[in-house]
Amino acid sequence: MPTDTPTGPVIEVAGVTKTFAGVRALGDVDFTLARGEIHALVGENGAGKSTLIKVLTGIHTPDAGRVTRNGRISTIYQEVNLVPLMSVSANLFLGREPRSRFGLIDRARRDADAAELLRGYGITADVRSPLGTLAVGEQQMVALARAVEADADVVIMDEPTSSLEPREVETLLGVVRTLHEAGIAIIYVSHRMDELYRICDTVTVLRDGRNVHSGPLRDLPRIELVSLMLGRSVKEIESHGTTAFGESHHADAQPVLEARNLSSKPRINGVSVSIRPGEVVGLAGLLGSGRTETAKAIIGALPIDGGTVVVAGAPVARGVKAATRAGISMLAEDRKTEGIIPNLSVRENIVLAALPRLSRFGVVSRAKQDRIVGTFVKRLRIKVSSPEQKVSELSGGNQQKVLLARWLCTEPKILLLDEPTRGIDVGAKAEVQALIDELAREGLAVLLISSELDELLDGADRLVVLRDGTVAGELEGDRLTREHVLEAIAAEVTDDAESH
Amino acid sequence: MTTTATPANTAAVPAGASRTKVLQRQGAAVALALVVAVSWLVFPRFGSLDNLRDLALQGAFLAVIALGMTFVIITGGIDLSVGSVYALGGVLAAWGSQHGFLVALLLPLVVCGLIGLVNGLLIARTNMAPFIVTLASLLFARGLLLVITDEGATTYQIPPDSAFVELGRGTVFGFGYPIFVAAVLCLLGGVVLNRTSFGQNVFATGGAEQSAVLMGVPIARTKVLVYTTSGTLAGLAGALTAAYLQSGVTVIGVGLELDAIAVVVIGGTLLTGGMGTVLGTVIGVGLIKVIQNVINQIGTLDSNYQSVVSGVFLLIVVVLQRILRR
Repeated sequence: MPTDTPTGPVIEVAGVTKTFAGVRALGDVDFTLARGEIHALVGENGAGKSTLIKVLTGIHTPDAGRVTRNGRISTIYQEVNLVPLMSVSANLFLGREPRSRFGLIDRARRDADAAELLRGYGITADVRSPLGTLAVGEQQMVALARAVEADADVVIMDEPTSSLEPREVETLLGVVRTLHEAGIAIIYVSHRMDELYRICDTVTVLRDGRNVHSGPLRDLPRIELVSLMLGRSVKEIESHGTTAFGESHHADAQPVLEARNLSSKPRINGVSVSIRPGEVVGLAGLLGSGRTETAKAIIGALPIDGGTVVVAGAPVARGVKAATRAGISMLAEDRKTEGIIPNLSVRENIVLAALPRLSRFGVVSRAKQDRIVGTFVKRLRIKVSSPEQKVSELSGGNQQKVLLARWLCTEPKILLLDEPTRGIDVGAKAEVQALIDELAREGLAVLLISSELDELLDGADRLVVLRDGTVAGELEGDRLTREHVLEAIAAEVTDDAESH
Repeated sequence: MTTTATPANTAAVPAGASRTKVLQRQGAAVALALVVAVSWLVFPRFGSLDNLRDLALQGAFLAVIALGMTFVIITGGIDLSVGSVYALGGVLAAWGSQHGFLVALLLPLVVCGLIGLVNGLLIARTNMAPFIVTLASLLFARGLLLVITDEGATTYQIPPDSAFVELGRGTVFGFGYPIFVAAVLCLLGGVVLNRTSFGQNVFATGGAEQSAVLMGVPIARTKVLVYTTSGTLAGLAGALTAAYLQSGVTVIGVGLELDAIAVVVIGGTLLTGGMGTVLGTVIGVGLIKVIQNVINQIGTLDSNYQSVVSGVFLLIVVVLQRILRR
């Protein structure tokens, strides 16, 4: 903690340029972090935020320019970077454990200190249990506590709320304010406008590796901030809205997918969902309410102990293979572990699921592959230098599109999308949303899972709200409003509803 | 094993975590207690002091090697070289014994430690797979041993009056010195693993390497240290064996690395890293050695059944780990 109050900025960056393999990630960037301020760092993916953070923390050395640090920097990342198998207290104090005689680690004191410290962050779990047994939000909070307790003058938070529940977000923002009061400067990276405007004093907007705006956040209208990020005019955005979804879709009368009374205890218990061709049905609910599990049960990736899945009137046998054959495809939530194969090319990633259909006697026609890949790259506007580019070199948004292409080329009738826009930037998000819209218009039945209520409200024609693994309500038409959804989600936890 | 019902309010927490812990803490111990109890009742000779002494001594050599392996496996690595390094350590000790006690003891420690150091440096600095690197040093150490011994034709004897022999054959209340060496080392190993920064770094390295990097854990240094320790301990086990046998036997240690890995895993250390205990490893050693001992006592059974039983045990443990981690 700062003992005296030195003046001047904690971090000062002047004219920093950083190039990777000929591609400029940062160009002549100036950036100043004043002592004790909460500074929002925004920009689309690929705008240079991560590179700038890495330059600030010293992981990258800039090619040109000057970086002055007048304090200790701690960083917490979007994904919890702790060790799940180690205990909560071990994670918290790793590298600076309290010592007893002979310089050995004093475990009792470590646990006691950890318990007391974490209480301040709203965590009451047993600090001796493995970190991995905590909810993601709690883990994120432990990471934050760790970062702060390292006597940091600056805490950099990279998308800290992307995996948190509304309630956990409140706790985190509360902690951020406490830090602020303690005089710690914070760089806050987030795509969520609400949060930025609630806590940040100043904002820096990066676009294409350049600082296009730095200044007080409050004076900057939201729409202008978005226009700065995207590099498009305010007018253009106003006419299109912030999400890229269009009007509601015209749907046929007969559902193409009917999931009846799906149960997989204890996660889901008697969930029914039906989707008509050309309809987007949203699945709303808190983390852990059984959204992902419902989708997985539909596609047969989760063993169920009750219920049936019917596609176009015919019951589907269990198992992913049967479901895929029946025309169901699923875009999994976690791109990294459940979808993208980073070392394969864009082409190979796209055709993977369609290989059985494309091959004759086990031989896959390359010409056929190229044709399909070409079609999808164009149609989904995937930015690649060539179809042979490694998929790991693409941005998150483009990786997501590659995955979408993979499932689309199996020609599904029903598409299950689990958090399709998580962790991708504003521009790519809009494109993915527009695509979902387009697909529904072409007659695809879409199940959309999202933690962002706006996305569900704008994108879905109908919402199924889950709570604790059961359907808490179905909303349609006039009832498709934020208030009704929150009401259904938070039947008993009404205090959550006040978060907007 | 009884499974306690999980209270409803913790349903979000994977129930496997606590069960895994119980099983890993006590699974091998329960099995050991059962096997010992049954053996005690069925084979009158099993419980004799002579047999127990012999059992402990046999276990001691393996325990020293398995201790190093425990550290390596918790970092998420593997050390295939220990069997060869063990044999090399024995030959070096026997050769060195002509030059006195210190040379006999230190030569194998230094050479085997160096092999471990090179393993560690290659693994940590070049990011090569531990499997490949230590496979190479398995061949290297075995080759070096054959060069020193003229392809195994020369067996170096340790003079019976040498002080070094005492290290392997000396006893307290009939219990051989190697037992005490192993016990002290394992005790020390447990303290290092649980009560020092190095120990925490070992867990963090194996638990989530990328995160550990971001948390400021010196990954490379930790890896270099565990492989160096593993090599040194294998060399020490070899030296102790040579002192006990009074010669540097060239044909021992083949496949010993697999025994060491087996006892570590049976003891509940996760083969994928990040979790494990020294006590578990000691229990694993006990379990394997008791089973070997019993099969020897049956007499009519082919000694190859030892491997069969060890294999079955290993399989059970690995399958259980897998199931409980769901």
